[in-house]
Amino acid sequence: MPGPQLLVDEFVSQLRKRKVEGSQATAQLTAELLRTVISQLRAAEAPVLIETVRKFGRELIAANPFELSVGNIVRRVLRIIREEDASGVTYGLPSDGDNQETADCTDGQVSSADVLATRRLLRSPSLHGLLDRVPNAHADDMGGKRKAPADKNAKAWMLKHNVMEAINELVEEISGCHQQIAEQALELIHHNEVILTFGKSKSVMEFLCAAKKKRSFRVYVAEGAPKYQGHCFAKDLSAEGFRTTLITDSAVFAMISRVNMVVVGAHTVMANGGIIGPVGLNMLALAAKQHGVPFVVVAATHKLCPLYPENPVVRLNELKSPSDLLQFGEFSECMELAPDSSACVLNVVNPAFDYVPPQLINLFITDIGGHNPSFMYRLIADYYSADDFIL
Amino acid sequence: MGAQKKGSSRVSEDAEELARNPLQAILLADSFATKFRPITLERPKVLLPLVNVPMIDYTLAWLESAGVEEVFIFCCAHSRQVMDYLESSGWHKQPNFTVAMIESNNSISAGDALRLIYERNVIHGDFVLVSGDTVSNMSLTHAVKEHKERRKKDNNAVMTMVIKKSKPSPVIHQSRLGTDELFMAIDPDTNQLLCYEERGEHPRGAISLENSLLADNPSISLHNDKQDCYIDICSQEVLSLFTDNFDYQHLRRHFVKGLLVDDIMGYKIFTHEIHSSYAARIDNYRSYDTISKDIIQRWTYPFVPDVRFSANCTTKLEREGMYKAPEIQQSRSAHIGPFTVIGKGTRIGDDSRITHSVIGEGCTIGSNVSIVGSYIWNNVTIEDGCELRHAIVCDGVIIKAAATLEPGVVLSFKVVIGREFVVPAYSKVSLFQQPTAQDSDEELEYADSSSGAIDPSIADAGNKLNGDIVSESSQMQDWSTSQLGPGGAGFIWSACDGGCEEEWRHSVAPIPTDKLAKALLAIEEDLEIVKVSDSALTPSGELEPGSDDDDSDNMDDSNVDTVDFEKEAEATFLRAAQDNIAVDDLILEMNSLRLSYNKSAGDCTGALFYPMMKLALESPHNTAVELQKNVASVVSKWHKLFEVLAKEVDDQIELIMKFEEMCLESTKEFAPIFSQILYLLYEREIIGEEAILRWDDERKDADESDRVFVKQSEKFIQWLREADEEED
Repeated sequence: MPGPQLLVDEFVSQLRKRKVEGSQATAQLTAELLRTVISQLRAAEAPVLIETVRKFGRELIAANPFELSVGNIVRRVLRIIREEDASGVTYGLPSDGDNQETADCTDGQVSSADVLATRRLLRSPSLHGLLDRVPNAHADDMGGKRKAPADKNAKAWMLKHNVMEAINELVEEISGCHQQIAEQALELIHHNEVILTFGKSKSVMEFLCAAKKKRSFRVYVAEGAPKYQGHCFAKDLSAEGFRTTLITDSAVFAMISRVNMVVVGAHTVMANGGIIGPVGLNMLALAAKQHGVPFVVVAATHKLCPLYPENPVVRLNELKSPSDLLQFGEFSECMELAPDSSACVLNVVNPAFDYVPPQLINLFITDIGGHNPSFMYRLIADYYSADDFIL
Repeated sequence: MGAQKKGSSRVSEDAEELARNPLQAILLADSFATKFRPITLERPKVLLPLVNVPMIDYTLAWLESAGVEEVFIFCCAHSRQVMDYLESSGWHKQPNFTVAMIESNNSISAGDALRLIYERNVIHGDFVLVSGDTVSNMSLTHAVKEHKERRKKDNNAVMTMVIKKSKPSPVIHQSRLGTDELFMAIDPDTNQLLCYEERGEHPRGAISLENSLLADNPSISLHNDKQDCYIDICSQEVLSLFTDNFDYQHLRRHFVKGLLVDDIMGYKIFTHEIHSSYAARIDNYRSYDTISKDIIQRWTYPFVPDVRFSANCTTKLEREGMYKAPEIQQSRSAHIGPFTVIGKGTRIGDDSRITHSVIGEGCTIGSNVSIVGSYIWNNVTIEDGCELRHAIVCDGVIIKAAATLEPGVVLSFKVVIGREFVVPAYSKVSLFQQPTAQDSDEELEYADSSSGAIDPSIADAGNKLNGDIVSESSQMQDWSTSQLGPGGAGFIWSACDGGCEEEWRHSVAPIPTDKLAKALLAIEEDLEIVKVSDSALTPSGELEPGSDDDDSDNMDDSNVDTVDFEKEAEATFLRAAQDNIAVDDLILEMNSLRLSYNKSAGDCTGALFYPMMKLALESPHNTAVELQKNVASVVSKWHKLFEVLAKEVDDQIELIMKFEEMCLESTKEFAPIFSQILYLLYEREIIGEEAILRWDDERKDADESDRVFVKQSEKFIQWLREADEEED
């Protein structure tokens, strides 16, 4: 199958060369790519689908191990396939012996009660599960009524169709995540408050814009060296009509006492409730803790990574080119080797990310509502299947 | 069609043109130089691993990411190997990126390559010209856009050169890449390149700008802190220019200078300076070392070892800039220091220390080995207790126990170093013997069976080796009396034409402190001269700032003037000798120089005589007789110069006295053959009979010490006098 492989290769090379960056764009592209891959696939049995997605997923993750949202989306898609498969099995022809191959967690003869049990197995009991149960059950009933497919192919086609629709929903969810997040802004931002943010984040932008419709408040932006995306962000904010103040990263501690709330975006949310964000974020979080200022992280669910930061698979940091910090030409003489050793006189380290531990974070605003850092592992159980944690 | 064209605006036409022509690039997979010998006898330079990835991968990955869609790879030496590599590497399979090969067997320079490409007629618009050893992460879009916009305004802007700021070392006058200091004159408003001079061609750092440059350009900025990245954005005209001027060989020395000097055609070259991105070319061993370090320091991001930009296994970056590939077996007691790259499947024994080095794949390193600042390629075996400092070790080398490599050593493929052998500093070792008949004039590339410059036997051996391999046993017999200790295999190459004392400039080893100190001393001396002369930028006559001041009344000044004049005269003469300028032209030039410094003809002859004799001295000689022959040949070449300049008897006496002085002081080699040379000069009619006799008379009452040479040539003088009397 040259089609999907070609597409994947192209995306892999883009990831590799760091041409696609930013978690939302990457997540969206990954989801769209997987949708295309699945639609082009001839076979439609769940194990084949899972194996294919897994294989391509591994390639994609290896292409840029620092962009964790790729892995998140791959796992989400796998979970979708598993879930659809489980429901498909139940409503497929129970007498079909081949079901034993396609379904890995149920036997040939399945009763309706088993279906529910399976569902519960897949989705471990949680508050959300309880709330979701009713509409889901309804949907299942609908699926049950369809029941038409008489042979295996048609059933597989059904599965594929459902998977495709679910992925479509996922794509929509990713593209609409900012709006969902922004809806919660009014509850958190009050009149005449001072909000401090760091660097540039699209989620934060939408969040603040939503609040601005009803509230009047001021925004401080820390510049976010060495990329200085805060400069750009401050410009965008002032263009939107915010009362904006730009400060250096090093002035954060001095300013924090005047701030009512810190709102930042994140690169990834880890399973323990810690986040990986732009370099300098930990310092800001510590300052906020010291002064008891709420530290709020705005992050969509596609940033939720089912891995713990201690996991060796997780590459916490990427070192970028030193040229962000200083210009090569100006310092070329410092790059000379010291005559007695082979070491460069001047070394430059430019890490891209920072890790903020969960105890420094007060609240997560996701597209499915606000959560405590300690609740993150429950969300993970909702969105990912434990089989896929390690791809 | 015509009507349509009229209708459409110019802008849309350009847009169409842009859309029609994908950006093309020519990649010269052959540097047409011999700096990487002996390694390049066996493998082309572009395939040499740079931090465990072949150089050409860096260039291709960069071109691909910079938006180039079509690359023509020109290969000449070892073209088979380059093609095989590209076949296997998957560069052909990239989407939106086509790689085409152009093969040639008889090109000996970049000029030939471009002429061949012109004949093929594959370039349809502006193109990027790079060589296969370029490492960069710059974005081309901006530079190309700039170039195209300039072209729209001025059709003669044929080329945009990419430059980058990099200060050369003030002490040894070379950049950190080991290339010579470069002077560029650039128009600061338009970025037009006005002058391009490499220091190597100009001793003592003197460059001359033409008067017209100053007259035509309101402002000129003169830089010596720019580095030429050897990335050029060219228009199609460049190819046809090479075809028209079939003597253009070198891209810079001939083409760029040709365009700058020869403004008849009116073609212009512009520069594009990059600031934050990286670009450099591997020209010699020193730049290999420097660029490797830059890659490890991540200046070339995203082309760094832990990002898989070419098909390569995953390397992980650990603390302190340590890059490790999977499947490494490392002893617990082994110490791996900062800024080190270790390749896949390498084994490292107990108590070994590795710092600032790159180790390739599948190497075996014994215990108690110390490796500092070295580049070890693939499948190398280093036995216990070896010590390596700043060396390059190619594939398949075996270094037996307790051997030592001193700084700057290069071991070519499959060399074996015997037990406890110490390889002297800066030596190059290869399984091949050094080619004896090396044509230094012709800048020939690597060994290639089809190019006749190399001993055919070596080329044969090279082919056999490439075809894997001269049978091991017979080889071992040959090596029984090896230069490399017991069990060693390989020949130590003697230092090439650059001379041993210059070897440190381009080697992988850091510059030794004593050389630095020496260079520093020389600079201080220079500075003193400059201080005395009070003018920082002088020697060139045109730029002499104080030339119309009244300098004659100041004794000190005129003294300095003499020194300056002599220097200038010497430089002029040497240039003439180098470039084979006709004697008449030189006479003309000397006359104008003499007038501008307000000197007599006698000063002139004196100033010219010295470099001429030096020239004779410099050409190789062993005995006095050979030296005499050298002198004869030089004198016969230039005698006309002196005939014209030293017409007067007084001038001729001056000449003899100058020669005397030289024999006593600077060039004592001539002392024993003083009388013979005097006779030679007489025979060539440079010095007349009268002058010699009067010189003899003058010296009659001088001290004994001053009469050494008079005595030596007593016989000759006597013969002259007798002949004189006879005539009477």
